[in-house]
Amino acid sequence: MIGNPSLLDYLPDARRVALHRPWPRFLLDEAGWRHLVRQLGVSDWELLGVWAEAAEVHCALRDETTGDIAVASLACKDHYPSLSPARPAAIRLERAIRDLYGLVPEGIEDPRPWLDHGRWPRRAPLAATRHDPPAGPHRYKFLPVEGNGLHQIPVGPVHAGIIEPGHFRFHAAGETVVRLEERLGYQHKGIEGLMAGRTVAEAARLAGRVSGDSTVAYAIAFARAVEAASGAEAPPRAHWMRALLAELERVANHLFDIGAICNDAAFGLMLAECGAMREAILQANARCFGHRLLMDLVVPGGVVCDVTRETMALLGGLVKDLRPRFEELVNLYDESPSLLDRTVGAGVTAATLVHRFGAGGFVGRAASRGLDARRQPGYPPYDDLDVAVPVYAEGDVHHRVLVRIDEVRTSLDLIRRILDEMPGGPLHRPIPTRGGEGMALVEGFRGEILMWVRLSEVGRVVRCHPRDPSWFQWPLLEAAIEGNIVADFPLCNKSFNCSYSGHDL
Amino acid sequence: MTSFVLQVVQTLLCIALAPLVTGLVRFVKSRLQGRRGPSLLQPYRDLYRLLQKEAIVADSASWLFRFAPYVTFAAVWLAAAMVPSFSTEMLLTPAADLIALVALLGLARFFTALAGMDVGTSFGGIGASREMMIASLAEPAMLMMTFTLSLLAGSTAPAIIGGFVVGGGVGLEVSLALALAAVVMVAIAETGRIPVDNPATHLELTMVHEAMVLEYSGRHLALMEAAGMLRLLLYMSLIACIFAPWGVAQPGAGLGGLALGFVAYCGKVAAMAVALAWFESMIAKMRVFRVADFLGGALLLAVLATIFLYVSEAV
Repeated sequence: MIGNPSLLDYLPDARRVALHRPWPRFLLDEAGWRHLVRQLGVSDWELLGVWAEAAEVHCALRDETTGDIAVASLACKDHYPSLSPARPAAIRLERAIRDLYGLVPEGIEDPRPWLDHGRWPRRAPLAATRHDPPAGPHRYKFLPVEGNGLHQIPVGPVHAGIIEPGHFRFHAAGETVVRLEERLGYQHKGIEGLMAGRTVAEAARLAGRVSGDSTVAYAIAFARAVEAASGAEAPPRAHWMRALLAELERVANHLFDIGAICNDAAFGLMLAECGAMREAILQANARCFGHRLLMDLVVPGGVVCDVTRETMALLGGLVKDLRPRFEELVNLYDESPSLLDRTVGAGVTAATLVHRFGAGGFVGRAASRGLDARRQPGYPPYDDLDVAVPVYAEGDVHHRVLVRIDEVRTSLDLIRRILDEMPGGPLHRPIPTRGGEGMALVEGFRGEILMWVRLSEVGRVVRCHPRDPSWFQWPLLEAAIEGNIVADFPLCNKSFNCSYSGHDL
Repeated sequence: MTSFVLQVVQTLLCIALAPLVTGLVRFVKSRLQGRRGPSLLQPYRDLYRLLQKEAIVADSASWLFRFAPYVTFAAVWLAAAMVPSFSTEMLLTPAADLIALVALLGLARFFTALAGMDVGTSFGGIGASREMMIASLAEPAMLMMTFTLSLLAGSTAPAIIGGFVVGGGVGLEVSLALALAAVVMVAIAETGRIPVDNPATHLELTMVHEAMVLEYSGRHLALMEAAGMLRLLLYMSLIACIFAPWGVAQPGAGLGGLALGFVAYCGKVAAMAVALAWFESMIAKMRVFRVADFLGGALLLAVLATIFLYVSEAV
């Protein structure tokens, strides 16, 4: 990387914004932004997110070499140079920005709408100026595929099972998939619009509902972003409590995923067993904390729950009970050749793609990208816990299962350690009413969640952007299924288990 | 007269028993997975519920779509009624020929596949093409197996083959065992069980049989489902009749003999249902194109059975 400046060396030419924590934010002019796009083409800075406001576009970057994180911003009226030529992962984010804010990315390869299906009461609902209502639901133009004997298979958005809505358009030659195109946005709830103008407490409840299965991770991300914005810090015991909840959530979700992946290969025994173990966790959650999915327990400033001697004993007993049951299931998985025959070598994601898209979680870790927000940039209490991160190179369904298996083990150990080493002290510290901007990276079970928030002087949310890890995983699913057979798609899809709700905002 | 009465009983028996067998397989499977599972009678309730419902037919459907469930159901029912279950003294026993059975099942499959394609949805087309691929592999294996058995017993009628097995052909067990393995593999494929197809899946893209009947509702779906249940019972009856013919009432048997035959038949079917549930719990579904290897194996076993037959005769 000779001649390539590091991210923080490159950006300070621009104006640095005061009160953006914990990482710096820099204002670029249009020429500077264009230069940044060119610079991205030659540097290994990784895109963490792209989001907008009525008249400003932000992008968060991380320097892979130094680990530094920074946000670059561009004030713009109605258009801005697209980042997508340098970072294809930005394409869908920029399409979403155009749908929501009316800001047009110049030079984007794919100008079609993304979240807006032409059914909203008006176009660009979050733009500074009022737009007209759409003429009606538009016809979405799927990418054309030409050739002899190719046929289309439209799947969804309504599926035969109880799963979230998403449309998949297959172009297939017989059973072989030539191209898969995803169309999402059916779960759009207007989270970003709903957050604006709310009090921090109200917005925290909304943040916990962006993607219900990662409610704890989202709540932690929002809390940490707000704490950063207002310059507050949660008390130590609150950090440990948050980690306890987050690991319980991670284990429950991973267990369910492992079972569901096997069930998609018609191996129902694993789903039944994993489902029972997940249920044990959810019931313990309900008994210890009053909510099966642990919603609304993490708030800015700390947590609103505690563990007593009894609930600690209950959780300790749960972990002790789950460990051998889980190992038995892992053995069953390892010793079922018919199952391994389906998972090994299916749905391979290339390591280069995973790096290019910055995909995290099990998708990244199964294909040699071993980043984990708990380690890098890291946040308390994980700094003291030394989390092991499994990394494999193969990138197939089997290794996405293995990553989950390893993470369940790690998380069960972590829960034990957290219970043993939990410090005393207060659980909540009121956050000062103060304006500012804050950002947080938190590891959910799917990967890294980015949360960016701007607070007004009276402590209300001006703008909040949650970026789900699935934004960078969905595009890889399209790549993973190419050349595979149609009948293997459900298995690959389940091994990705991307969030629809978190992505559709 | 007796043969007529017994035939009527048998015909009604198989339609009455088929949902119970499916229910038993599901029940045992859920117990093996540690779940409580639905009641044994749930398939009856499902069929009743479907019969009460309005049948929705797609705008693009032709007469064939409406016609197919009746043909399919009738063909499978007739085939199931032909296989001797508790007695070999039945009106249709002389007509119950393995080749006729294969033809009846083929007729049912042909109409189901046509109906799957008729509406023009992509899932129906995928299901039909997969079903035809499986059929083109399963039928040769089935016919090869028939060939072996007919060489053994000098007939293609299940009742006569069963009688031959009871009589005890010495030294022929190897051929018989290979033929049994082949017919079990064909039966798994033909009845759409794991590892070839998953009858319980909700994933449209992985379906074979379910994909073809995806557009059906109401009484049409009830008939298609009932045909599926009958097909499962049919293969179980066939295997019981040929490979485990003990206890079957022979012509001229009294009421006691018939009762014994009935109890033996129920026991055999129940044992097979439990074995199927156990097998399905222990194995994952195979990739679609592995089915060719699987059924190729069945064909190979059937061929081997014939070869062993000649070898043992030469010795």
